[in-house]
Amino acid sequence: MPENDQNPTGGAPRPPAAPAKPAAAAPAKAAGAAKEKAPPPPPGPPDPPPPDGVAVPAFLEELQSTLPGAIAQLSYWVGDWTVIVAPGRLREVAAHLRDAEGARFDYCSDATAVDWLGRPGPRFDLVYSLYSTALRHRVRVKSRVDDGESSPSLAPLWPAANWLEREVFDMFGIRFEGHPDLRRILMPEEWQGHPQRKDYPLEGPGELILESPQDWLRLGQSIKESETES
Amino acid sequence: MERDAGRSMFDTDELVINMGPQHPATHGVLRVVLKLDGEKVVDADVVIGYLHRGVEKLTENRDWTQIVLLTDRLDYVASAAANLAYVETVEKLMSIEVPRRARYVRTILAELQRLASHLVWLGSHAMDIGAITVFLYCLRERELILDLFEEYCGARLTYNSMRIGGLPQDVPSGWLPKVLRFCDVQEEKLAEYETLLTHNRIWLQRTRGIGAITGQAAIAVGLCGPSLRGSGVPRDVRKDEPYAAYDEIPFDIAVGANGDTYDRYLVRLEEMRQSMRIVRQAVEGLPEGPVMAKVPRLIKPPAGETYHANESPKGEIGFFIASDGRSTSPYRLRVRPPSFCNLQALPQLVRGHLVADVIAIIGTIDIVLGEVDR
Repeated sequence: MPENDQNPTGGAPRPPAAPAKPAAAAPAKAAGAAKEKAPPPPPGPPDPPPPDGVAVPAFLEELQSTLPGAIAQLSYWVGDWTVIVAPGRLREVAAHLRDAEGARFDYCSDATAVDWLGRPGPRFDLVYSLYSTALRHRVRVKSRVDDGESSPSLAPLWPAANWLEREVFDMFGIRFEGHPDLRRILMPEEWQGHPQRKDYPLEGPGELILESPQDWLRLGQSIKESETES
Repeated sequence: MERDAGRSMFDTDELVINMGPQHPATHGVLRVVLKLDGEKVVDADVVIGYLHRGVEKLTENRDWTQIVLLTDRLDYVASAAANLAYVETVEKLMSIEVPRRARYVRTILAELQRLASHLVWLGSHAMDIGAITVFLYCLRERELILDLFEEYCGARLTYNSMRIGGLPQDVPSGWLPKVLRFCDVQEEKLAEYETLLTHNRIWLQRTRGIGAITGQAAIAVGLCGPSLRGSGVPRDVRKDEPYAAYDEIPFDIAVGANGDTYDRYLVRLEEMRQSMRIVRQAVEGLPEGPVMAKVPRLIKPPAGETYHANESPKGEIGFFIASDGRSTSPYRLRVRPPSFCNLQALPQLVRGHLVADVIAIIGTIDIVLGEVDR
C-alpha cells in the first residue's frame, strides 16, 4: 500500500521498477491465492457453536430431546441463539417452538434469506427471527434451501409470515409450499428474475432507456404488434 | 342470492374499487383494492412496491458507514430511529462498547424523533378524519423539533445523526436547555390537542370500535409498536430488550384496552408524554465523557450474523446483518420494517367497516411508504 501511495508523488525515477515488481511477484508468490481471489467463493456463515461457558437455554435442550435429529447444529454468536434445522424438518421445529411450554414463540418478527452463492451445499439460508411476547426471549431458526427447492410455509403457524415469505419469494425466488397467497410483493407482477440474488446485477437486468415521447410511442407500437401477431 | 331474488332491479354484485396509489389519505403511494358490498368493505388487497428503491441490494455495495445515509431514507419522518437501529446492530456485530454519554444523547435524539413522528401521525390522522386544526398545530410543534435537530446535525429530515461507535459530534452548547424548554412547550400543546380531540363527539364516533383487533390476533399477524400496545399487549423493545440508555431511565409503557383506533390514539398520546419524561431525565442525568468509542478507521466486522431490534416510532425496527468478514460492505443486510408488518394487518382491520373508515384505519396503523417498500 505505501509503495503505491508514493508512486504518484515520487513518480519519475521509479516507474519502470514499481509496476514491474508486483507483476513479477504475483505469479511467483501466490498463484494459488490469486486463483482464490478471482472467483471469490463466499465461505458461508461461520455459525460458531456455543462456547463452553455459555449455557444452552432450556427450551433448546427440550427441542433437542423431543425432536431428535431435527437440529443439525446450534449456534451462538454475539448473544444470539440460532437453530440450524436439518433438511425437511423446518415445519416440525417451528411448530414445537411455537407451542412448547418453555418456548412459546408466538411472534414471528422477521423472515428473510441470504444467498450464499457458490458455497458447497444448498445455496440459500432461510432465516426466521422468532420472539416470545410471554417469555421475552428470541431465537433464530435457519434452514438451508437449494436453488429450485421449495420450503414449507410457516404462514399457517404465524400469519405474520405471510408477507415476509412473499418478500423472500419475490427477492430470492424461493417457493413456499402451503403458502396462502404466494405472489410478488415489492416488484411488479410481470418482473423477471429475483433482485436480491447475488448473481442479479446491481443496475438491473438492463432496462430500455426511453428518452423521448417518440421512444414511448415506438415501444407501445411494438408491444401492440407482438400482441396481434400472437 | 335468494335474499336478492325479489329485488333484481338492484345490482347486488360486489364492487371492486381502487384506492390509490395517488390518494392523499394513503400517506404515500399505497394502493388498496377494496371489494365492496354497498358501502361495506368485504375484503381488501394491499398493493405495495411503488416506492421500492432496492435499499437492501444497495447496502451490499456500500461501505458500512455509508449505509447510515441509506437508513435515513427508510422511514423519512423518523430517520434518527433507523440510524440508531442500524449503528447498534453493527456495534453488536463488532462488540463495540459505546460511551455512556453517547448512549444518553442517542436516547434524547430517539425520543425527540418519536415525538416528531407521532406529531406527524396525529396531524395527518386527524386531518384524514376531518380535523384540520390539529394538523396545523402538530406541524407547528414538529417544526420546533426539526429546529433542534438542525442545530444538532445540520439537517432537518435526513439526519445521518449517528456513527458506528457513537455520535458525529457532542451536543452544541446551549442545546440542552433548548430541549428542556421545548418539552415545557410541548407539554402545554399536548393538552391543547386533547381538548380538540379526546372528548370530541365526531372524533369518538369516527374512531371508537373502528379497526378493533384483539391482543392475540395482533401478535399473530405481527403488529408491532403502538398498534400492538393499543390491543393491550405490553410489548416494547425499549423495556424488553433495552438498548441505548433505556435500561437506566424509568418510564412507563402505555397500553390500550380495546385495540381500536381510539385506543391506539390514546396510546400514542401517552407515549408522547413518556417521551418527554425520558428526554427530561436523560438531559438531567447526561454524563460527561466522550461521545465516540475507539473504532477502527476501516470498519470491517468479523464474519457472523446478528439480528438487533429497536423500538422506532412505528414499532419494532430490526436489522439482520450477515458479514463475511472480508469485504467492507455487508454480505446481506435485511431491514425488518415495522410499517410493512403493520400494513399486513390492514385487510383484517378493515373488513366489515365502511369505506370512510378505511381512511381512519390506514391513518391509525401509522405507515410510511418509504419504509414499507424500501
